[in-house]
Amino acid sequence: MYTYPKEYDVIVVGAGHAGCEAALASSRMGCETLIITMNLDSIALMSCNPAIGGIAKGHLVREIDALGGEMAKCIDKTGIQFRVLNTSKGPAVQACRAQADKQLYRLAMKSTLEREKRLDIKQGIVDKILIENGRVVGISINTGISYRSKAVILTTGTFLKGLIHIGLVNFPAGRAGEFPAERLSDDLRDLGFMIGRLKTGTPPRLDAKTINFSKLTEQKGDYEPKPFSYSTERIIQKQISCYLTYTNEETHKIIRENLDRSPLYCGVIKGIGPRYCPSIEDKVKRFPDKDRHQVFLEPEGYETKEYYANGVSTSLPIDVQIKFLRTIEGLENVEIMRPGYAIEYDFVLPTQLMPTLETKLIKNLYHAGQINGTSGYEEAAAQGLMAGINASLSIKGMEPVILDRSEAYIGVMIDDLVTKGTEEPYRMFTSRAEYRLLLRQDNADLRLREKGYKIGLVKEEEFHRLIKKREGIKDTIEKLKRGILKSTEVVNKKLKAIGTHIINEPVSLIELLRRPEVKYKDLIQFMNGDLNNPPSPPLEKGGFSEIAEQVEIQVKYEGYIQRELACVERFKRLEEKRIPHGLDFKSIPGLSTEVKEKLSKVKPLSLGQASRISGVTPSAISILMIYLEQFKKTIIKYGNNS
Amino acid sequence: MVKLSDTISAISTPPGEGGIGIVRMSGPASLSIAKKIFTTPKGEGLNGTESHKVIYGFISDMETGKKIDEVLLTIMYAPRSFTREDTVEISCHGGSIPLQRILSLTLKNGARIAEPGEFTKRAFLNGRINLIQAEAVIDIIKSGSDLALESAMMQLQGGLSKKIALIRDILINVLSEIEASIDFPEEDIEFRDQQELGKKLEATLNDIEQLIDTYRYGKIYREGVSVVIAGSPNVGKSSLMNALLNEERSIVTSIPGTTRDIIEEEININGLMIRIVDTAGIRESEGFIEQEGIRRARSAIERAGLVIFLLDGSEGLDEIDVDLIKDIKRKNKPVIVAVNKIDIGDKISPHNSSPLWEGYHGEGEFLRISALRGVGLDELKNRVLKMIFQGSCKIPESPFITRERHKELLLKAGDFLRRAIQSIHDNISLEFIASEIRFTLESIGEITGETYSDDVLDRIFQEFCIGK
Repeated sequence: MYTYPKEYDVIVVGAGHAGCEAALASSRMGCETLIITMNLDSIALMSCNPAIGGIAKGHLVREIDALGGEMAKCIDKTGIQFRVLNTSKGPAVQACRAQADKQLYRLAMKSTLEREKRLDIKQGIVDKILIENGRVVGISINTGISYRSKAVILTTGTFLKGLIHIGLVNFPAGRAGEFPAERLSDDLRDLGFMIGRLKTGTPPRLDAKTINFSKLTEQKGDYEPKPFSYSTERIIQKQISCYLTYTNEETHKIIRENLDRSPLYCGVIKGIGPRYCPSIEDKVKRFPDKDRHQVFLEPEGYETKEYYANGVSTSLPIDVQIKFLRTIEGLENVEIMRPGYAIEYDFVLPTQLMPTLETKLIKNLYHAGQINGTSGYEEAAAQGLMAGINASLSIKGMEPVILDRSEAYIGVMIDDLVTKGTEEPYRMFTSRAEYRLLLRQDNADLRLREKGYKIGLVKEEEFHRLIKKREGIKDTIEKLKRGILKSTEVVNKKLKAIGTHIINEPVSLIELLRRPEVKYKDLIQFMNGDLNNPPSPPLEKGGFSEIAEQVEIQVKYEGYIQRELACVERFKRLEEKRIPHGLDFKSIPGLSTEVKEKLSKVKPLSLGQASRISGVTPSAISILMIYLEQFKKTIIKYGNNS
Repeated sequence: MVKLSDTISAISTPPGEGGIGIVRMSGPASLSIAKKIFTTPKGEGLNGTESHKVIYGFISDMETGKKIDEVLLTIMYAPRSFTREDTVEISCHGGSIPLQRILSLTLKNGARIAEPGEFTKRAFLNGRINLIQAEAVIDIIKSGSDLALESAMMQLQGGLSKKIALIRDILINVLSEIEASIDFPEEDIEFRDQQELGKKLEATLNDIEQLIDTYRYGKIYREGVSVVIAGSPNVGKSSLMNALLNEERSIVTSIPGTTRDIIEEEININGLMIRIVDTAGIRESEGFIEQEGIRRARSAIERAGLVIFLLDGSEGLDEIDVDLIKDIKRKNKPVIVAVNKIDIGDKISPHNSSPLWEGYHGEGEFLRISALRGVGLDELKNRVLKMIFQGSCKIPESPFITRERHKELLLKAGDFLRRAIQSIHDNISLEFIASEIRFTLESIGEITGETYSDDVLDRIFQEFCIGK
């Protein structure tokens, strides 16, 4: 065995969306980093749909950006269609989504990695994690080379014992056309990790030459594309369209007739698939009353004819795939370029992780992405970023960054994973967040940018921009409070024009803004003679739409925001009740065996975390609380000498 | 604070003479304590292997070697006991002497005397019963009447839990629809329109309000009703109380002011617990003790659920009566006017005093009774029930709430739900409506101690075909 002479601080295994963020974070935080992948041409590859963002996922991308991650910047450069979703609803549940040019995205990310000065990029298949005295010291690869490091981050995606199914044919693969990692998961099992198996699937890719777009509904991007990143000024590239079509009864009939050839329904697939992303055969079977299902045809790039058939993920045999596709309007003569398939893969149960994403079993070994049972590029990237940050902080002997459920979707996700675990590929939804009205995508920077700056991932000028924004918001709200509108004929005429009630008594601009029909921009016209005491300098007219957006949201939704903030206070109190490290849950009298086992497995760090473990009842929490109080008293009384 | 490592012990049967009595221990040392004090007829100790079996033998004080009583002993190992802890029950002969002795033996050997309700508290803390059930057990222990017992039993069997679960279910259903349309805007899902969701919420709000409304009855069942007998001195208040109680509890004399304090007794009318309060004759008095009695009497009237205002039929109305009537009217208390001593005279009729009674908060004609002769007492009891239940005296068939805590939480839930409905009418964006429903669910969940977060997602994937 040859040991590579250079010793690294951090080695990242895998260069998907989690691996890239992890490697960038650690190298940018000053750690000598190695990223090792099976195939350099698959760095940041979008193995499934060519899109980033969406409800809740878009929120994650904004948070990644606020903390200093790369995903938002990369999609802003390589997106080919941008849309804001849920525009008919309030600000908390709006989110960005973009179609990506899959190849451009991959190349842009690869080039970003390559330009990073403390980051080495190497191709190789990792077989083994090297451990000494319970801590990780490096990895070894299949060609007999070992690399030493202080920390290792595993981001293995679907590669651990990946098994592809197309009909009843199956073969080992990491994804279509790539090797699986056969040995690494055995190594993890030998180290004592509990391993589970999940399944996911992908639809066929179609040849645009054989699609009759004229029969389909075109879906254009937004007229003014909105960037993901707080650092992107404008999206300048050309936008292209997606197309919508539907399955029909004929499609469903073919699928139903061939269910006996589906590995899902013959019991061949053992892994658990995501409920929110079922295959078309699942949809047809489970919802027999639906006479059609949507199929979005999404371009995979500017320079390719490949279209992603979103909505018909399938593991049916290829002959069935082509047969049912051709029943769909616009696809009568379609040719499949790559078939849809299902893939099963190993994941490491995430309850074996601490909220830093470090494994409880092995010091300085971190897991991020699909290895933790999640699905989605955004979920993976967010974990990769946090693992990269915390591995670096740990090496430097600094306090970890743990985001809680009231701070970020990232916090919600990681807390869910390490506390509850997951039984299906985990995806983020806004409904998972208790404090959804606070965790908006518009304020991700206000929530997280300072944290990103403090750890060195957010650049000076980016942070400066945040400071200016923060001050601008405060200033503007002050001005609105001070600006008192006189009740004059002129004013009331203007109010009528806006479409709101006239006033008979003086009203502050802030009160006026609270009216649902009044927008911030409506206030600008009241600057001069209309105010009793015009604020000076007056409200600026343009150039600060970000500030105006925040002011409007904060003023209009103040009641809701305050109410959730009060809940956060309560939440924090339980979160602050720490459970001492190494507490033997099994020795606590009064807890049921089931609860004892669950607590021992998860080893929650706080009463708050304990209360979220499924099966841990409120009464168990009362007992734990009582026990901890007594525990504390004993320590105070007798000192902590034991 | 509960120390769950303790072993607690208590006499579990009610005080007084009985055929048998039970001493119960719960906690880790229950068995070892039992071993120290129990022997079989053959002189063998407990081997401790028999759970849920009745073992015959004797309790003896090992120090003196004296047998205390012949008993039946049952061991119930954790978690198969009420408290989910190791439990030992000793059934001995009734009467306080054997019970007290056995109890003190257990205490001498390491048990601690249980605080009131501590067995139940442990059952709750150990997850054996939920909060509603724990509260219901306490109610059973404390229930003073058959009706209260029935209500407590119904809670225990989950009547209220079921009703709450039903409300929760509907809310989760509505919430999951809203959440689905927030999280999956691009899905081809046919949602019910908002107005329809609003209607569902209104029906649920109605359910909640009805449940809150039952608190009025629930409280009556749980706590009983305080019925105050008021009237001038010497109209026969104590006699009436005694007649109702069928026994001599207060001193009956004809010297005005004999009952210087208030006397309170519980009687059971058709299963409803009624506290009868006999007040000192209310009149201006210079005697200090009597004045104190009068003050208490006035405050008893203040707190009364119902006043029986007694007049002396043999004497006719006097000034004090008129004053008292005005006082009771001012306090707007439900009143039954009963004319006593009709065996001696019948000088009062509504006709000669009707202007006085105009608008009084009572019902029907004056009752004519004789407390001494037992005339008209049944009618009086019926009138009391009728007044309390406004015509009905049956336990409602649907579950009702008996606890202040439940009422408060339901009121809170109702407020949030009302805001949700208003938000729908005002066409406010769905996530804010969801926020109101989430708060509603949290308040509801606090009653039973359940959370809802995972249920919403489960419901979404069950109901809707998601998967773009």
